[in-house]
Amino acid sequence: MVEWTDQERTLIANIFANLDYEDIVKPDVSCHHSLCLRCLIVYPWTQRYFGGFGNLYNADAIMNNPMISAHGVKILHGLDRAVKNMDDIKNAYATLSELHSEKLHVDPDNFRLLSDCLSIVIASKMGYDFTPDLQAAWQKFLTVVVFALGRQYH
Amino acid sequence: TVLTQFRSKPYRNKRLSNAATMSLSAKEKNIVRDFFKKVSSRSEEVGTEALSRMLTVYPQTKSYFAHWKDLSPGSPPVRKHGITIMGGVYDAVSKVDDLVGGLLTLSELHAFMLRIDPVNFKILSHCMLVVLSMLFPEDFTPQVHLAVDKFLALLALALAEKYR
Repeated sequence: MVEWTDQERTLIANIFANLDYEDIVKPDVSCHHSLCLRCLIVYPWTQRYFGGFGNLYNADAIMNNPMISAHGVKILHGLDRAVKNMDDIKNAYATLSELHSEKLHVDPDNFRLLSDCLSIVIASKMGYDFTPDLQAAWQKFLTVVVFALGRQYH
Repeated sequence: TVLTQFRSKPYRNKRLSNAATMSLSAKEKNIVRDFFKKVSSRSEEVGTEALSRMLTVYPQTKSYFAHWKDLSPGSPPVRKHGITIMGGVYDAVSKVDDLVGGLLTLSELHAFMLRIDPVNFKILSHCMLVVLSMLFPEDFTPQVHLAVDKFLALLALALAEKYR
């Protein structure tokens, strides 16, 4: 069982409260705030899971692909589930974990890559508001989520 | 085609470690040089913030600094050391064409004197990326992120060169 302090709960809830999902995944002109797209560009091997998503040929194509941004929103809603079930993320994610393992066949290391990108994108949006303490709580949260997602793999 | 990537080539140098790395293209080296030039006016801030975050977010890294009086974010020893580290990073930028050769002495320092577990290079690199993204949101585009991430990974590899 993961122990969360009151401060950690507040910090993490605040990040989500202030997160505009559409904004964080939208393919804006310079794309610096966009999550999903960033992961596909910085770690291009992650594109292997998006064969059915149309044109991912280069950074520009990725940045303008609406299917990809829609998927980014989906992922953020998935993270939402963890925030709503912070005292039992393990079980809240049991079916999601099975889905990623049995159906999607995603290498769990990708969860770590995506979570690193997410921290970086949130940092770019929040600037100095992304304090060391906030980053610490956030990192703890992401570590738990990544672990829970990888749990049903066998 | 994908297959051509796997056709075996004779190694051009004896260091097998190089064969396993994702090396920087000429374009990426330019991206790295240009970006770090932009960052240079705030490099102290970057160093201090990155180190402060590393110590807070990954508390196991504090084990290397038990001799410091104050490990809180932005404290004098953290500030001073952040400057030292960024000095090293800039040195590496200037030697981007031969990181392993250029950072030999630094590698010896880390291997024989400091003996920092190399996993921590990755941790500090991540914290640097977070801070760069925070302080330069407009400039830290995905393409810059990619190039800098690769550069820091190669820097870490060069630092670990003399470990064993």
